[in-house]
Amino acid sequence: MHPALSVIFFTTATGAGYGFLALLGIFGASGLLPSDRWMGLSGLIVALGLITTGLLSSTFHLGHPERAWRAFTQWRSSWLSREGVASVLTYIPALLLGVGWVVFQDVSGFWAVMGVLAAVLSWLTVACTAMIYRSLRPIHQWHNDFTVPSYIVLSLMSGAVLMSALTKLFSIDNGYIQGLTVITLAIGWALKSAYWNFNKKSKGLPTVNSAIGVDAGRVNVLEAPHTSDNYLLKEMGFKVARKHAERLRLLSHVMGFALPLLFSLIALFTTGATAVIASVLAWALCSLGILVERWLFFAEAKHSVTLYYGEQTV
Amino acid sequence: MTSLPPETQKKLGLVIDLDTCVGCHACATNCKEWNTGGHSAPLTDVNPYSRDPDGVWFNRIHSFEIDRGANGVGMTVNFPRSCLHCEKAACVTVCPTGASYKRAEDGIVLVNDEKCIGCKLCSWACPYGAREFDVTKGVMKKCTLCIDRIYNENLDEIDRQPACVITCPVGARHFGDLGDPGSEVSKLVVARHGRDLMPEMGYKPTNKYLPPRPRKLDPALLGAPLELKPRKTKKGEKILAWVDNLLSR
Repeated sequence: MHPALSVIFFTTATGAGYGFLALLGIFGASGLLPSDRWMGLSGLIVALGLITTGLLSSTFHLGHPERAWRAFTQWRSSWLSREGVASVLTYIPALLLGVGWVVFQDVSGFWAVMGVLAAVLSWLTVACTAMIYRSLRPIHQWHNDFTVPSYIVLSLMSGAVLMSALTKLFSIDNGYIQGLTVITLAIGWALKSAYWNFNKKSKGLPTVNSAIGVDAGRVNVLEAPHTSDNYLLKEMGFKVARKHAERLRLLSHVMGFALPLLFSLIALFTTGATAVIASVLAWALCSLGILVERWLFFAEAKHSVTLYYGEQTV
Repeated sequence: MTSLPPETQKKLGLVIDLDTCVGCHACATNCKEWNTGGHSAPLTDVNPYSRDPDGVWFNRIHSFEIDRGANGVGMTVNFPRSCLHCEKAACVTVCPTGASYKRAEDGIVLVNDEKCIGCKLCSWACPYGAREFDVTKGVMKKCTLCIDRIYNENLDEIDRQPACVITCPVGARHFGDLGDPGSEVSKLVVARHGRDLMPEMGYKPTNKYLPPRPRKLDPALLGAPLELKPRKTKKGEKILAWVDNLLSR
């Protein structure tokens, strides 16, 4: 599948934003974060900033962005529509949490309920995003049981990395926040490694034989229907060279998971400037690593239409 | 509404004979000709007369060669690919705007180009590559089963068929109601063991493909003589041949 930059940015930015918002809501409500105005304001600006720019960037690849409002109507059948509805609903408790935190400097009672509600809706939104991909049967690399857990864990992970960098900048040393960062990085790494291993071994059910309805024999392309790439090949026929994919995967292992895990462990056991630098480095590296991971998620996905253009299996 | 109708009154669709299709692209050409002025018009082209021409087509004709190993017989299969108007059309259910829909009366899958936001998700959801994005109009386009021909009372009744069917020079394309077991197309599917494409995907396509018939390799099965003997020349013919030879000098 064509790795469109707007969609890569959308899934990574909203993933981090919703993961961060959820932790802000939960940690805020449980009193692990100070109810200080500036903590709440900077946290919500970062979370809603990431979410809003991500959502806006997702409209850039639309043929008719001015009609984007129509995408809220078909929540009964479409995961894309459900995601749209959930993403907008999340703003309500998130902004109310902001009113309590920033205006009244209070994150208890009603405001705490809003924090928890914002977290639940954030997770729902990320799950809907994942289900858009999970539900697409023609793409075996997405239509499997890794997609939804990966999206949720990676969202929580990139939110936790961001949260630990922000709290360290506010000179808050909280073992729960740092611990969660380390744990989510470890789970995220294990999950993504298992997914990449699954991709290497597993293939989708359709073959070129079932695609053309002729059972026996090896099928080769004699003549393509057109002389240059068409929409199908540009959108669904994207191919990444195996050499590049392996290098990028290594980059994703190192930048997205290994180094952030190392720096998060350093931040867990240190304080002051060392902890700040370590946690900010962990966040920066992890963000870049996850962008590479998301690029691979699209670039390595094979659509069954490529069976008509020379692939034997997908 | 992008929920699918539980049942459709008719299942209008195509039956495509892979045994007789010669891969001439006439169906694709006439499809383009009719539909560039029809329901989803225009079928735009980008750079049609320069390098890397691109454009929207509802029908694409692939040619494959099938190698059946040393003991089998290889063959060429020409394969027209267009929308199969599936019963479980995921291209419809993934649509976030309601622009894609499947008609309850005849099962035809259509796009309302005034509601389409061009998110392309329906093209991702189609295993067969039946939907193509029109970059100039910003909307998705697909085969309409020539809805503006088959119900068009301005045309003679014999012409109320999809453009691809009416133009096929070898009669490899058939149009009809596949929901009616007594229809000509349904009988053809039974007689020739018509097939679904990628049945494992579970989309339940309406269109059926008739696989190539097995090739007859034994001359006896074809009713041909087992060996050919040269015909004996008559006496008179020899003289005529000598005269012909003389005059030809």
